[in-house]
Amino acid sequence: MATKVHMEALSPTMEEGRLVKWTKHEGDAVKSGDTLAEVETDKAVMELVARADGQLIKVMVPEGTTVPVGNVVAWIGKPGEKVDGAGSGEQGAAASKPAPTAPATPARTQPAASPTPAAAPADATRVKASPLAKRIAKDAGVDLKLVQGSGPGGRVIKRDVEAGATQTQAVAPAPAPRSPLPARSGAPYEDVPLTQIRKTIAKRLAASIGPIPHFFLTTEIDMERAAEAREALNKQLGEDGGKISFNDIIIKAVALALVRHRACNAWFQEDHIRYWNEVHIGMAVAIEDGLITPVIRNADMKTLSEIGAEARELAGRARNRRLKPEEYTGATFSVSNLGMFDIDQFTAVINPPEAGIVAIGSIVAKAVPEGDRVVVRRRLRLTMSCDHRVIDGATGAVFLKTLKQMLENPLAMLL
Amino acid sequence: MASFDVIILGGGPAGYICAIRSAQLGLSAAVVEQDKLGGVCVNIGCIPTKALLHSAYIATLLQESKEFGVEASSVKTDYGVAMKRSRRVSDQNSKGVEFLMKKHKITVIKGTGVVQPGKKVKVGSDVHDAKQAVVIATGSRVKGIPQIGLEINKTTVISSDEALLLERVPDSLAIIGAGAVGMEFADIFHAFGVKITVIEALPRILPLEDAEASDTLSKSYRKRGIEVIAGAKVTKANVGKDKVVLDVEAGGEKKQVTAAAVLMAAGRAVNTENIGLKECGIQLTDRGFIKVDKNLLTTAAGYYAIGDVAGPPMLAHKGFREGAVVAEIIAGQKPHPIKYDNVPSVTYCHPEVASIGLTEEQCKEKKLDYVAGKFPFSANGRARGTGETEGFVKILRDKKYGEILGAHIVGAHASEMIHELAVARENEYTVEEIDLAIHAHPTMSEAIGEAALDSLGRVLHI
Repeated sequence: MATKVHMEALSPTMEEGRLVKWTKHEGDAVKSGDTLAEVETDKAVMELVARADGQLIKVMVPEGTTVPVGNVVAWIGKPGEKVDGAGSGEQGAAASKPAPTAPATPARTQPAASPTPAAAPADATRVKASPLAKRIAKDAGVDLKLVQGSGPGGRVIKRDVEAGATQTQAVAPAPAPRSPLPARSGAPYEDVPLTQIRKTIAKRLAASIGPIPHFFLTTEIDMERAAEAREALNKQLGEDGGKISFNDIIIKAVALALVRHRACNAWFQEDHIRYWNEVHIGMAVAIEDGLITPVIRNADMKTLSEIGAEARELAGRARNRRLKPEEYTGATFSVSNLGMFDIDQFTAVINPPEAGIVAIGSIVAKAVPEGDRVVVRRRLRLTMSCDHRVIDGATGAVFLKTLKQMLENPLAMLL
Repeated sequence: MASFDVIILGGGPAGYICAIRSAQLGLSAAVVEQDKLGGVCVNIGCIPTKALLHSAYIATLLQESKEFGVEASSVKTDYGVAMKRSRRVSDQNSKGVEFLMKKHKITVIKGTGVVQPGKKVKVGSDVHDAKQAVVIATGSRVKGIPQIGLEINKTTVISSDEALLLERVPDSLAIIGAGAVGMEFADIFHAFGVKITVIEALPRILPLEDAEASDTLSKSYRKRGIEVIAGAKVTKANVGKDKVVLDVEAGGEKKQVTAAAVLMAAGRAVNTENIGLKECGIQLTDRGFIKVDKNLLTTAAGYYAIGDVAGPPMLAHKGFREGAVVAEIIAGQKPHPIKYDNVPSVTYCHPEVASIGLTEEQCKEKKLDYVAGKFPFSANGRARGTGETEGFVKILRDKKYGEILGAHIVGAHASEMIHELAVARENEYTVEEIDLAIHAHPTMSEAIGEAALDSLGRVLHI
């Protein structure tokens, strides 16, 4: 039976390769290890080598084509052996046909491959990964499809998942003191190579805004009573205890609102939606040259002081790049707060596979009508970004309504 | 002068496999061997000892056979006969390697090879040329401990080389070193009626194995009447014509051990002398092994080292794999890297001891969050049937993800059973996949499934 030649991952980060030139042509004899083609990766032009002996019986991809890693680009087999020379778009659908002269052996014939939609390569949904790698990835919330496998046959193994999860940590050393910008030395711009963390941010966020159908819901919340509650609680805590911030109150309220609206506490998983019963809140933290979202686990079950202490501790270590991978992965929903920068209102980008994130603006005193009078109240504008594949407009709106009620009447959190 | 793609120094396990794999990949290969093909393993190591251990097993079995309803009266043992059989087994294996060399059209050059700069190998007065690479696989040899007066004299102070060729057994034997070699010979000679004393410097016998494994074996040996002294220091050795007197210090006590002979089963030295390494710029490590990188390349381009000379563990199967991998590297392939932390370790004494991965002590040292699952063969139906209820299976799993950190088997056929765990670890299966695989009943291997379950807190048969 003929052997498929796949586009291989010739560099650790390669996701697709451009077939520059076939060095072997249909009909050429090939031996395992022979160079079949030159492939341009994200890094360099590399050689694609044969993994089987025989004849190059079918070339599926013309020169100059860019092909995702894992797709079939050619077939190696016995001279005269036939493969279904389906168009290059129909990846994975090509099945070897029994030679016409062979006696009919129905039991051995390949089941007819079901026609695969041209856009979806057959391999795209199946990830080869070791059981251990799958468990670690599941726990850490790592999407195995985004992990480059280094095991046999490109299989994802433990090392790959761990490397993926710690990439930002491992590659980026403690931030070096920023070199002062030259004061108008004449250069109109400076090219700064992307750091690994910046690359990851770029990849993750582009992956978010691109395929995810975002929509946004904004609401204005009266924070007067939350502010009063905060002042009272901080007085109670005295000088020794850490202070409770608005952010802590918002995290707690979001977590409790999610418990009531599980529909928003979910991960989009390509062929299914995972609704979480646990509530883990990712908290965006700005760090030197980037951002990271440490996770407050089971935030719905923690007290405000616990959330406050944990948030401060995680944020501190995040800034020093001392977070462990399990501390910044696995969130079920996120909160991003730019209130301290005097931003009234903004929209945050969803951190996939989560389905939602709330963006917190600054709390400002505003004149608002109350009955017939105009009063000054502390108000907060909050915007939720939703992944429409998981959360519909009304679903997001009822969640926000609960959140708003909790923040406007903090006692409601005790219900 | 002849020219080959690859010239390999040494026809032991690492060397001959390297030659075969090279030939499979279309390279012309030559093996330089001064003695018999197959090296220590085939001729004076793994293979003949396994033959002798089986003789020992039969002797022990017959002594206990009455209980099984088979009475063998006046069982006599003759080491000379067992030895000759073991030689035939070794010769068959060595001939087998010769056949494999012919089959793959590999040239075997008789003599001692010396490497020279420019990828050349001198054998006698001939100089051969390696077009692609020279591979050094010269192996290792036993060494005595001359510092305490125990230099191998081949009569009263012997090594395994002599022990394997004895016509008659001595009345008593002191074995220095309780690693795999020492424990296997203790088992063999005890079954042939020799009074045995095993002396080990480290605190436990089989010091590299899990403490529970060495304790179980230690108990088993003592029960059979083999004296085992661990944590012992030989302070003085008085080597006479027909006996050796050893002054031994252990646990603060002094003791004299008198034996007709001493078997040195401690330590091996690698064969790196007089083979031209220095002249080629091939450096050694602090411990005397040839310094190699990840791809087993030495400090000189074009010269590779594999097997015992390339570093521990000094095991034939580690050499096999290095031989195959180096051939693939030379042929321009990118082989799967060798996982040195997944090399099984086996001692073929009775009961057998086999292990892979970390010991429980290492898990503790590394502060790993682990759970130990254990299942004794005394609760295994098959083991009860054959009367081989000594020992256990122990699996150490990572608490969070179930990764198999290490596995230890003491018992009959442990050497055959360990591979289930080697496959599991190589493929990153967790204890749950071990359990999911249905184990045939009744088999000793069921104990592996049960140990996996025990680590998950759901053992069924205890």
